[in-house]
Amino acid sequence: MTPQPPGFDLLTDDRDSAVLVISGDWVQGNTHRDFQILKEDLCCITAKELVVDGESLGDWDSVLMAFLLQCYNQCRDDNIRFATRNFPASAKQLLDVASAVPPHEPGASPALPWYQSMDPGHLLREVRDAAVGSLDFLGELGIALARLVTGKATTRFSDFRNFCYQAGPDAFAIISLTSILVGMILAYLGAVQLQQFGAGIYVADLVVIGMLREMGALMTAVVMAGRTGAAYAAQLGTMQTNEEIDAITTMGISPMEFLVVPRILALLVMMPLLTLYANLLGMVGGGIVAGGMGITPLMYIAQGESAISMAHLSVGLVKSVIFGMLIAVAGCRSGINSGRSSAAVGQAATEAVVTAVVYLIVADAAINIIFQQLNI
Amino acid sequence: MSEAHITVNNLTMAYGTRLIQKDLNFDINRGDIFVIMGGSGCGKSTLLKHMLGLLSPAAGDISYAGRSFFTASDEEREVMRRGWGITYQSGGLFSAMTLAENVELPLQLYTRHSAADRADIIAYKLALVGLDGYQNYYPSEISGGMRKRAALARAIALDPDILFFDEPSAGLDPISSSLLDQLIVQLQQSTGATVVMVTHELPSIFAIATNSVYLDAVSKTMIAYGDPRTLRDHSDQPVVRQFLAREASAPIEESL
Repeated sequence: MTPQPPGFDLLTDDRDSAVLVISGDWVQGNTHRDFQILKEDLCCITAKELVVDGESLGDWDSVLMAFLLQCYNQCRDDNIRFATRNFPASAKQLLDVASAVPPHEPGASPALPWYQSMDPGHLLREVRDAAVGSLDFLGELGIALARLVTGKATTRFSDFRNFCYQAGPDAFAIISLTSILVGMILAYLGAVQLQQFGAGIYVADLVVIGMLREMGALMTAVVMAGRTGAAYAAQLGTMQTNEEIDAITTMGISPMEFLVVPRILALLVMMPLLTLYANLLGMVGGGIVAGGMGITPLMYIAQGESAISMAHLSVGLVKSVIFGMLIAVAGCRSGINSGRSSAAVGQAATEAVVTAVVYLIVADAAINIIFQQLNI
Repeated sequence: MSEAHITVNNLTMAYGTRLIQKDLNFDINRGDIFVIMGGSGCGKSTLLKHMLGLLSPAAGDISYAGRSFFTASDEEREVMRRGWGITYQSGGLFSAMTLAENVELPLQLYTRHSAADRADIIAYKLALVGLDGYQNYYPSEISGGMRKRAALARAIALDPDILFFDEPSAGLDPISSSLLDQLIVQLQQSTGATVVMVTHELPSIFAIATNSVYLDAVSKTMIAYGDPRTLRDHSDQPVVRQFLAREASAPIEESL
């Protein structure tokens, strides 16, 4: 059977009581009548009561109920008595349930409109809050580390050992791949230029110095920011969502000592070791390219050996420790300050990676300038 | 005689080689408020997951209005699922979406309503659960009881003819729990939907259930079927009577 188009007719013959006759099939897929048309008519009636008559109503579902609820709410707002007649009992019952609680009047929206969030004052306040939050976190971390040194912290060695394993041996595969490739890229880049001057052998110097001072530490840090920093944020964010951090706090344990310190220490210990490993593999990668350009392995090793110095090695290792600290702080801070929803955990992980990468680049530039000034 | 809406036929459930329940046979009639009962760990939620098609049975089948679910094609299963509304133990609301967006999602996916019509229906569905006006709130901004009701609003968005609830009263205070029970009864009566609930909240069971099944963790099968009030007073299984009368079984080790 073809559905009849839904319709309504407002009869205002009686001065005291207006009648709204509902007709047709009010079902999904049938052209829906707009309540706004009725709303304009309702504003003009002088009657004290609106009776909605469902005698000509055909099939119906939530479409009708949504319409009736709007009628009911409008009548309540305009102080018009609302009544129904000739409706199925179930429709009346559903309307009773839906109209039992008056609509909530929301207060100020918790989310700022976009133009307010672009306000310079608001942006400055956000920057200030972020800076204060970071200092707060670093202060608490300092206290936790001091308590660790004095043997008062509730940090568990087993956690530290597990995080060391996760941040170290578990990362070997990805670090191996990226380091070899970075060494090869450095070698290609240098070899093409150096061969123009007949100085192809110095590609070994370029790779060795490049890996030791810069690329070994930086590439390891970038990989660890994406891998371990994000994992820290996601772990702590999920613990926040599951109220595990609340449980730890109410047990009298400092989340900073119990959760953050072992993660930070693990990364601080593992980053220099991973950087040494990356340096070695980067040099091997450079050697493979050099071999393809007619430089024998012995020549490459001899030339590379002359370029290795304690200063170059130390610069890379100092950087790796600082980078490790920055990645762990960015990850843990984002995780511990995460909201309590799955979206917030995702946001915390993203924030951890983005913040860590920005920290890394800024710190790398600053360290290079300092070492340059110190002639190291 | 009432028509069987859901038929569980010789169902055996297992996780790998670990048997959970075997030889389950019962009908859920159209319009029933049916409760799946049993002690903790007996497989109530596992049975619900099988009924929802989230897990496949080790043996047996479940039919909806006479149509087998597990032998149906993917398209047929999708059609069947559109007639179901489900609320999970923790609500299962999408935390990154507002309540309006949560309720709107099934309407957007499975109906041809315009955006304005969807907004009207969202307001109506939220009003049914007493949350009209909370359209722009996120699940994290409302209380646990409100989240359960919002989840119910999403579950009834498509006017389902079967409503599944996993522990609807868990974590709610007695008043909120009782209000939710009342809401479930009112919705069932006005829509005629069949309601399937997993719960061990005795006040809820006695207040609203019209039929039930009891799953036993020891014998790993159903040991009682019928109106829970009748089972409490007349079941031939002592453990069922104890469960429904909230009595400790002695010795307690035997039941654990």
